[in-house]
Amino acid sequence: MTTAAATTIKARQRPGDRIFSSATVISGSLILAMLAAVAIFLLVESLPAFVAGPDDFSGDVTNFWSYVGPLVFGTIYSAVLALLMAVPVAIGIALFISHFAPRKLAQGLGYLVDLLAAVPSVVFGLWGIGVLAPLVQPFYTTIVDWFGWFTPLAGPASGTGRTIFTVSIVLAVMILPIITAICREIFLQTPLLHEEAALALGATRWEMIRMAVLPFGLPGIISASMLGLGRALGETMAVAMVLSPSPEVIFQLLTAQNSNTIAANIALNFPEAHGVGVNILLATGLVLFIVTLLVNMLARVIINSRKAFSGAN
Amino acid sequence: MSSVLEASPLTNSLTAGKLPRRASLWVLLASWAVSAAFFVMLHLSAAVDGFNIVGTFVFGTVLYCVAIYVLSRLVEGSRKAKDRLMTALVTAAFVIALLPLISIIYTTTVNGLPAILTPTFFTSSQRNVVGAGGGVLHAVIGTLMVTGMATLISVPIGLLASIYLVEYGRGRLARAITFFVDVMTGVPSIVAGLFAFALFALLFDDPGIRFGFGGAIALSVLMIPVVVRSSEEMLKLVPNELREAAFALGVPKWLTILKVVLPTSIAGIVTGVMLSIARVIGETAPLLIIAGFTSSMNYDLFSERMMTLPVFVYTQYANQGADSQAFIDRAWAAALTLILIVMLLNGLARLIAYWFSPKLGR
Repeated sequence: MTTAAATTIKARQRPGDRIFSSATVISGSLILAMLAAVAIFLLVESLPAFVAGPDDFSGDVTNFWSYVGPLVFGTIYSAVLALLMAVPVAIGIALFISHFAPRKLAQGLGYLVDLLAAVPSVVFGLWGIGVLAPLVQPFYTTIVDWFGWFTPLAGPASGTGRTIFTVSIVLAVMILPIITAICREIFLQTPLLHEEAALALGATRWEMIRMAVLPFGLPGIISASMLGLGRALGETMAVAMVLSPSPEVIFQLLTAQNSNTIAANIALNFPEAHGVGVNILLATGLVLFIVTLLVNMLARVIINSRKAFSGAN
Repeated sequence: MSSVLEASPLTNSLTAGKLPRRASLWVLLASWAVSAAFFVMLHLSAAVDGFNIVGTFVFGTVLYCVAIYVLSRLVEGSRKAKDRLMTALVTAAFVIALLPLISIIYTTTVNGLPAILTPTFFTSSQRNVVGAGGGVLHAVIGTLMVTGMATLISVPIGLLASIYLVEYGRGRLARAITFFVDVMTGVPSIVAGLFAFALFALLFDDPGIRFGFGGAIALSVLMIPVVVRSSEEMLKLVPNELREAAFALGVPKWLTILKVVLPTSIAGIVTGVMLSIARVIGETAPLLIIAGFTSSMNYDLFSERMMTLPVFVYTQYANQGADSQAFIDRAWAAALTLILIVMLLNGLARLIAYWFSPKLGR
């Protein structure tokens, strides 16, 4: 190594080179600085919230942690529900595009799913409240009648359909494209020889997928799901518009009382907030930032630990 | 003996133990027909009002899954039956994903078109409008200005950062930037808005600050990582031979990048930038926080509240006046406008990528 370094001829550094390369370094570092600034400014502005007294909160909430607790619960509850719905469907779509659809149609069909990602979240909100909620409400009544003995499905059923379950459906639709896109990339990277070997041994197409494609893609599916989870955790407008919220921890999926999510709570209350109220909302935003940052970092570490999937992100 | 010989041509060893070629299609049609008959009977017996077309297809598809599994299991055995069942389920998953897309586009078009066709929709603001009428000019201008400013901030930073990652970056800093750019793509949009608010509230010591430039900063936080990722991919596609040829001719590195690398990859970079614009132009939450909302025109990014299209949709829906239908109509019309803009940007980006991408021999 030392000999190689000794024989390397250094190019002459011209002023243009210095200016240009330092401009790129500064821009790159600026991105890191920006992420740090997000954390620092949110922290500074949310400090007053951590010492806020009972007078600063409405209802019988006494301090910040009992205020943010139900919100964290609602955020994670709705996001996990959305993930449970989205992941099987996303894997199905990714398999359909990568292995089942006719080759010539596959790319066009992929664009169709990507179009779903192009719909702004506020439109999903309008759709959720204008179309989906009235559509599913009758089913909720039936489900509560039949399965009301099971606590999460206990009644009384919401009369409007604006429940956390409806929100989860909307969130699931919104995170479908990102999970599908990553799964599709990974399924396409399955070594062709593995697939052909399985088929040559007489496997049916589904057996080939179970033996070759899914084991190969498993780490990718996990990290895609976590990226989807990160999206669902931070989704704001669709939740803010569809959910009928209530400031408690509520496990029931189909009633008119639902735990709100952090992001939706901020969007609903920020325009009218003043004084310490603003700091409290900023502090809940900080909590959301930390949670999503951890989820995303974990997902990226999983993706990066398998370099074979580097094309996936 | 002879009877066996005569019977044998009927069973071809290649097709024996298999369902006929188009079996799955016919079973699917038959299941839909049975399901339709069932719902027609329900309709005729007056148990439900109206013929349930959605129910027909849902019930028919479930019926198909069961029927094809049972048939295939009887004729072809359990392994092939499972394969057919999974094929049906995977295809159904794809169709399920398309349903919301179709539904959203259909409802937005149907509900938004009447209001969008009113003559004042694109020529006036909401100032002094209490009932029907008015328009979204202030929101369109606001969206264009805020997104344009965000693009002006994001593209130089994002492009230079991606050049650093591809051309200069080695070691720990480059790895850290790559990792945190990926992480930043997952930052929730509302957090970006809160960051911009916290930043400017501290800088200007104004706890109720709202202005358009803050919205542009918030959108930049969301946009820069997307620009970096897409530009990085495009710069990596430039063949190393081009760079080496330039170096061999004695061209300085910075000129090589400016005159050789960037022109080769410009189409892909433009596509990436347009896709990133399409991504942030529909963001509502950060603009609701820091740009606020108003019903008047505002051409100044640096003072006063500024309306944008997504926030317009939200406020029209959330703060309905006495004539609530007019507000809902305007919300749908603005949503349709927004979807059209986003789809236009997406389509244009794909066309640019298609037209100008280097035609490599393949």
